[in-house]
Amino acid sequence: MRTGGTPAERLAIAETVLRHAEAAGATEAEVLVDAEDAALTRFANSEIHQNVAEANVRVSLRFVRGKRVGVAATGRTDEAALRRLAETAGRISDLVEETADWTGLPEPGPIHLVESAFAEGTATASPELRAEGVRAVIAAADAAGVTAYGSFATTIETVAIASSRGIRSAEARTSSQLITVSMGPENGTGYAEAAAVDATTIDAAALGREAAETARRAAWPAALEPGDYPVVLAEYAVVDILDMLGYLGFSALAVEEGRSFYESGKRIGSDLVTIRDDARDPAGLPASFDYEGVASEPVTLVEAGICRDLVWDSATAARAGRRSTGHGLPAPNPYGPFPLHAQMTAGTTPRADLVRGLKRGLYVTRFHYTNPVHPKLAVITGMTRDGTFLVEDGEIVGPVRNLRYTMSYLDALAGVEAVSSERRLLKGFLGGVLVPAVRLSSWRFTGATGSD
Amino acid sequence: MREITNRALDTARTRGATYADVRVVRRLEESIDVKSGTLAGVSTNESEGFGVRVLVDGAWGFAASHVLTAAEADRVAAQAVRIARASATAIRRPTVLDGRPPAHGRFETPVSEDPFAVPLEDKIADLLAADAAMRRVDGIAFTDSTYGAQREWKTFAATDGSYTEQVITHVGSGIEANAVDGDELQRRSFPDAGGGWQGAGYEHIRALGLTDNAERVATEAVQLLSAPMLPPGRRTIVVHPSQLYLQIHESCGHPTELDRVFGTEASYAGTSFLTTDKLGAGFHYGSELIDIVADATAPGGMGTFGWDDEGVAAQAVPLVQAGILTGYLTSRETAPRIGRESGGAMRADGWNRIPLIRMTNINLLPKPGMSFDQIVADTDDGLLLAHNRSWSIDDRRLNFQFATELAWEIKGGVIGQLYRNATYTGITPEFWGSCDAVGDASSYVMVGTPNCGKGEPSQIGHVGHACSGARFRNVQVGVMK
Repeated sequence: MRTGGTPAERLAIAETVLRHAEAAGATEAEVLVDAEDAALTRFANSEIHQNVAEANVRVSLRFVRGKRVGVAATGRTDEAALRRLAETAGRISDLVEETADWTGLPEPGPIHLVESAFAEGTATASPELRAEGVRAVIAAADAAGVTAYGSFATTIETVAIASSRGIRSAEARTSSQLITVSMGPENGTGYAEAAAVDATTIDAAALGREAAETARRAAWPAALEPGDYPVVLAEYAVVDILDMLGYLGFSALAVEEGRSFYESGKRIGSDLVTIRDDARDPAGLPASFDYEGVASEPVTLVEAGICRDLVWDSATAARAGRRSTGHGLPAPNPYGPFPLHAQMTAGTTPRADLVRGLKRGLYVTRFHYTNPVHPKLAVITGMTRDGTFLVEDGEIVGPVRNLRYTMSYLDALAGVEAVSSERRLLKGFLGGVLVPAVRLSSWRFTGATGSD
Repeated sequence: MREITNRALDTARTRGATYADVRVVRRLEESIDVKSGTLAGVSTNESEGFGVRVLVDGAWGFAASHVLTAAEADRVAAQAVRIARASATAIRRPTVLDGRPPAHGRFETPVSEDPFAVPLEDKIADLLAADAAMRRVDGIAFTDSTYGAQREWKTFAATDGSYTEQVITHVGSGIEANAVDGDELQRRSFPDAGGGWQGAGYEHIRALGLTDNAERVATEAVQLLSAPMLPPGRRTIVVHPSQLYLQIHESCGHPTELDRVFGTEASYAGTSFLTTDKLGAGFHYGSELIDIVADATAPGGMGTFGWDDEGVAAQAVPLVQAGILTGYLTSRETAPRIGRESGGAMRADGWNRIPLIRMTNINLLPKPGMSFDQIVADTDDGLLLAHNRSWSIDDRRLNFQFATELAWEIKGGVIGQLYRNATYTGITPEFWGSCDAVGDASSYVMVGTPNCGKGEPSQIGHVGHACSGARFRNVQVGVMK
């Protein structure tokens, strides 16, 4: 249900705050209105146990006086609250020091809205529609003799940005996501997930069958000695690699601060590895502009294994004397720009052939609770989860217990031997991620759980 | 406020809810971020709204809105009922709540110095001073210093007549020094990465001593660049409270959440090895030195309150006694399934989220005998591990791996060589079973965790952990790629 208002209505709120800011003495000002109508149906033990909906809005003001910048935000949209927002941000700007390298808020540029960012099917999604999807997943689990867990979420995000420089960017975006874990007898678990702009395009029954089939095959997992194994990573696992590398290294601020692995021209992957960020790709979860109202541009981060570029927001771009690529997050943002719409380019190997090319190794469905151990080398630790299988002579021969790994994701990219020709749209840390499955020459497993 | 809560409850009842509750929450937040000597951001955020939770035909529905009007209360309550009816099409076990008495009263976090009344320029000056002290140390590449405060005004009302009001205040601040040399990046934080948080006022920030510790912390970051890597092996480790609190959080707090045990987090953060067949069966969670309690009344804790978000009064619940599993973190829905009443652990991240079982203050109780320093002195051959650097644990909370910023060799009870990139790993009950010393009350400190993630949609919880440090034998250390 849509209660968050149209983009034009949200832009009108931004204009109101802009007027208050100018009246309060701002030399520059930028207003971000981010409204969300979100709903989520959650299920466990093959029944719905949580079912929620919310209407929320956040109005954020970047108030500039000379080179002093104050930021304040509110969740209220009444006239008194919006006026107080301008006063608060103005007061903060008086207290802070000048930003020495302040070059001003971003200039307006042409914004071409991506029409496919919004789907009526998600905007009108009802609790009954989500329950129908959940029942389809549960039915697939029942048929396979396993138990279903998961969630079905639908979101309308309406973003409007107005600035004293003349930026007027506004659009409504929709997204949906269904995830499910199946649990079978004897410690077999499986996973499936899909994300889409249009919730009605998600095939819940197919996801239920996929997770249930994995859970059934994963029963009676055997112990396996940790060590180095070639692996095939399903798309659900590859998401973590893109997310982590985006977080640790593909931000211009990370490079500026010397905490990134990234160096222009440096090889970090095999020839098969190309990673881009493209917020306008209709195959993803599109967004026409970032949270500074700057048009999102496609960026090639890694091309055939070579570092090519970074994502930039207005502050990092100004310091480097270049243009923002439209990857700014809401202010204040100490983390810098972020690739919200990362994607790994598809390869030429049919997905089914990835396992066939493995003499002896492991098939990993997904990773769990990953965290950096050595940020600059992108060494990550985490666990496998929901279907880890031993592969011999190109065939899955049986499930193994979950393993801990401690592995440089850069070494992982360097060892990419094959990339699937198919990709899936999944949700990452913050946005939609398009990923293939991959085969890698080696993955370092450093521990195992003794018993399940 | 009564108009909103009464309208929501009346509408929910009229539409068919057998039980309903409503929370009206106003949250005020303030944050300051200093990066490398420059004030990178000062921001305030206020959020206000209400959430209505209903039971219809044994199924839950929840809806929330930021519009605080009677008409919106009607709409949201009706939406919650509609959602609950949709839920009822896919339930197998109708929800039954325990019979807690109606809750009435008011609670307020004790605050000596209101953090929102301290002039902003004073708070900025305090943070800049600490940051400058770090930057005076040669070799520091960048620094990050943060301050945050959050206050919630929360009104809870339910169809059983409950009505409570609470004002809960949390504050935190911290500093980080980072040194870089080639591929090596070493961070030292104080008192903790993400800051030292408590349920308190600005007096807590003044007591942290950020500026007093800044030079030492920065010096250690630089020293770490040239320190040798911690060699792999099985070692005795003495774990400082600055790391032990997170070990408690991940390997005791989360696995004792009874909703997780029953599978309702399975698709997100996982389940728990502490299945209910272990309760009352003498399951050895750890050695006999291990006493862990979930105490929502502990002074200074970020899990301290008057009532949880179901109107259950704050209490102390033993989880582990003399190493044996004795309890869980529970709700009104889950507790009856193990024959108990709720221990009051349901909390929501703001007005727009449904309450989930969350940690309160999960405390490892101190043991008379040895202070933390005496435990170090009592260790012939081991490592002193302090200040968390990273963490990971499997989906049943068994297989964990932590990294710490600091690892010092202990030889003959004396601290010596410093190592970098230290890690340790283990299996939860084996690890706690290997504990042969817990520090006494002299090093018992309350630590806040302001970033505990759980649930879908994602919720960030504020929880507390008090501990005094402990020693563990035969632990695998030095796992690196």
